[in-house]
Amino acid sequence: MDHIEEHRDDEGAKLGMWVFIFTEILLFGGLFLVYAVMRASYSDDFHKAAHHLNAFIGTINTLVLLLSSMTVAMSITAVQKKNKKLAIILIFVTLICAGIFLLNKYFEWGHKFHIGLYPGSDMMITLKHGTVLFFSLYFLMTGLHMFHLIVGAVILTIAMIKIKSGAINSEKFVLLENGGLYWHLVDLIWIFLFPLLYLIT
Amino acid sequence: MTEKRSFDPQPSYLSSTGKHKGLMGWLTSTDHKRIGLMYMYAMMVFFLVGMILGELMRLELFFPGQQYYGPQTYNAFFTLHGIIMIFTIVIPGLAAVFGNFSMPLMIGARDVAFPRLNLFSFYLYILGAIIALSSQFMGGGPPDTGWTFYAPYSIQTHTNVVAAVMGAFVLGFSSILTGLNFIVTMHRLRAPGMTFFKMPLFPWSLYATAWIQVLATPIVGITLLMVVAERTLRIGFFDPSLGGDPVLYQHLFWIYSHPAVYIMILPAMGAITEIIPTFAQRRVFGYKAIALSSLAIAGVGYFVWAHHMYTSGLSVTARWVFSLLTFLVAVPSAIKVFNWVTTMYKGSISLKPPFVFALGFIFLFMIGGLTGLVLGSLATNIHVHDTAFVVAHFHYIVFGGVGFAFFAALHYWYPKMYGRMYNFKRANISFAFLFTGFNLLYFPQFVIGIMGMPRRYFDYLPQFTLGHQLSTIGGAILGIGVIIMLVNLFSKKGEKAPDNPWGGKTLEWTIASPPPVENFDIMPEMKEDQTPYDYE
Repeated sequence: MDHIEEHRDDEGAKLGMWVFIFTEILLFGGLFLVYAVMRASYSDDFHKAAHHLNAFIGTINTLVLLLSSMTVAMSITAVQKKNKKLAIILIFVTLICAGIFLLNKYFEWGHKFHIGLYPGSDMMITLKHGTVLFFSLYFLMTGLHMFHLIVGAVILTIAMIKIKSGAINSEKFVLLENGGLYWHLVDLIWIFLFPLLYLIT
Repeated sequence: MTEKRSFDPQPSYLSSTGKHKGLMGWLTSTDHKRIGLMYMYAMMVFFLVGMILGELMRLELFFPGQQYYGPQTYNAFFTLHGIIMIFTIVIPGLAAVFGNFSMPLMIGARDVAFPRLNLFSFYLYILGAIIALSSQFMGGGPPDTGWTFYAPYSIQTHTNVVAAVMGAFVLGFSSILTGLNFIVTMHRLRAPGMTFFKMPLFPWSLYATAWIQVLATPIVGITLLMVVAERTLRIGFFDPSLGGDPVLYQHLFWIYSHPAVYIMILPAMGAITEIIPTFAQRRVFGYKAIALSSLAIAGVGYFVWAHHMYTSGLSVTARWVFSLLTFLVAVPSAIKVFNWVTTMYKGSISLKPPFVFALGFIFLFMIGGLTGLVLGSLATNIHVHDTAFVVAHFHYIVFGGVGFAFFAALHYWYPKMYGRMYNFKRANISFAFLFTGFNLLYFPQFVIGIMGMPRRYFDYLPQFTLGHQLSTIGGAILGIGVIIMLVNLFSKKGEKAPDNPWGGKTLEWTIASPPPVENFDIMPEMKEDQTPYDYE
C-alpha cells in the first residue's frame, strides 16, 4: 500500500533561514564597508552632516523596533502555550510597530526631499564631498533596510493569518520562528545603522 | 526511515507521473533530476549564443583592420559573451546541472532540502538571463563595458548597463538560493551511516562551493545595486567629482568575482574526482586531503581578490600580500592534481570517454593554473596585465577546466540521466576536435599576449596577425567539436544503459538508469566500515 510520507524537517528549515540571514548580513555588509571607507576619508564632513538627522526620531524608531522584536518573540511562546488569541494580538502589535517605523521614515525622508537634501538634487551637487556621500549612504542604507522591513512585515502578516487558520499551532510553528528570526535581523541591522548614521555628531 | 515501495517497476522520472503531463509536467516539477536537466537545456541554448559571439569576434580578428563590423559592435560582443558565459554558464555550471541531478542520489536522499525553492532558483535563473539579454535590445544599446562593468565608464556610458546589471543581480539571487539549498541538503539529508567524511567527493566540492555562493554573492549583489544607484541617483560612491573612488568599485567587484571562480572550479574538480576512481577502479588517494583542500580553496580564495588590481594604484604592501596569498591558494589546487594522478597509479585504467575528457581537463587545467602563477607574480603581471595572455589564462582554466569537466561529467552521468548509452568512438572524435581546436584557439594568445597584444581590442598591429589567424582557425575546429559532441549525445537514442555501466561505487549507480521518481526503493544505509570508494 502506498502511503504518503510528508517530509517535514523543522531543524532543516531553521538552518535554511539562518543561512539566508548570513546572506542578508553580507548584503548590508557591502554598504557598511563603503561607509567605513568613506567615513575614514571624510570623517569631519560625516560628523557635521549627521547633524541634519533627527536623533530623537531615530531613538523612537530604535525603541519601536526593539519592542516589536520582543512582541514577536512573545508570540512564539504564546503559540507554544496554545494561546492563539494572544499570539495574534502580539503579532498585530509587531505590525503596528512596523507601521510606526515606516511613518517616521516617511516624515524624515519627506523633510529631506522638501529641503533638497537627496541624491542627485541640484543642491546636493553643490555640497561638500563628504556630505554628499553621507547622504547617499543614509538613503541607500535606510532605504534597503526599509525594503527588508516591509518584507519582514509581509512574512509576519502571513504567519498571523496562518495562526488564525490553525496552520501554525503548538505542534508546528517553524514558520513563525523563521519569520521571527527574520524580523530580529531587520531589528539588528537598524541597531547598527542608528548609531553609525544618527549618533556620530 | 526505511520503507519499501510495493509496486514494481517504478516509473522513471522521465515519464509523466505527476499532476501535470508533458511540458507542463517539466516546467512545474520540483524533482531535482528534472530541474537539473532543465538547467542543462537552458545552459546549452545560452552556451550556443555565447559561443557564436566568440566565433564572431574571432572572425573579425582574422585580419587586422575592420572587416565585418565596427569597434562599438565588437565591444558589445565581448561584453555579452562575458556576461553569458560567466553568469549563465560557468557560475551555475556543474552545480546547477549535476549538483541538482546527482548530488541527492549520491548522498542517498529523495530530493534536496527545499524542492520548491529549487524550482524557484531555476526560474530566477531564466528571469535573470532574460533581463540580461534584454539589455541588447532596449535603451541606449547593448552595454560595451565588458562583463566587469568597471566604474567610471559603466556609470557614464549611455548603453544599457542597468538592464545587464539587474540581470546579473537576479542570477546572483538564483545562485545564493541554490547554495543555501545544497548546504541544508548535505547537513540534513545524508543517508544513515553517511557521516560527512563518508560522503563522496563531488558532494563535498558542492558543499564548499555552496558556502562561497552564499557568502560571496551578496557582495556583488549590493555592488551591482550601487552601480544602478550611481547611474540613476548619482550617489557618488565611484565618482571622483562627488568624492567617490572608482578603485572602490574594483575592490567590491573582485571581492565577489574572485571567490566566484572557485564557485566555477570546485564542482568541476569534484566531478573529475568521481570520474577518475571509477575508470581507474581504485579508491581516491587522499580522500581527506581532497575534502579539506576544497574547503581551503574556498576559504583562502576570499583573500586574493586584489591580484586583479595590481596596476590600479595599490600600495606595495597590499600588492605583495595579495601576491603571497595568491601563491598559497594554488597549493590546495595542486594537491588535488597530485591526488588524481596517484589515484590512477596501479589502477586498472579504462579509457572510456568520461575518462578521456577528465585527462584533457587535467592537462588544460594545469596550463591554466601555472599561467595563473605568472599573473599572480607582481613583476610579470605588470607586463601581461590586460593582454591576451590573461584571456588565454582564464579560458584555459574556465573553458579547459570547467568546460571540459562539464563535458566529462556529461559523458559520465548521461547513461544515468537518460537510460541510454552513446557512441564511444564519436565521443572520442568530438574530444579530438575539442582538444585540438581549444589549444589552437588559446595557446597562440599566450604568445601574442606576451608580445604585447592588448585584450578587448578590436584591432591590432600587423605583428600579431599570425597568432590571431591560428587562433581563429582553432576556434572553428573547436566549434565543430562542440557540434559533433552534441549530435552524438542528443540526435538519436543509443542502446539501453545498465544500472552501472562504468562500475562506479557511489550510490547513484545502485539504482536504475534512469532513476525512478523518488530515487530509492529502499533508503540506503552506509555500514561502519564502508567507504564511498570501496574498490578491490
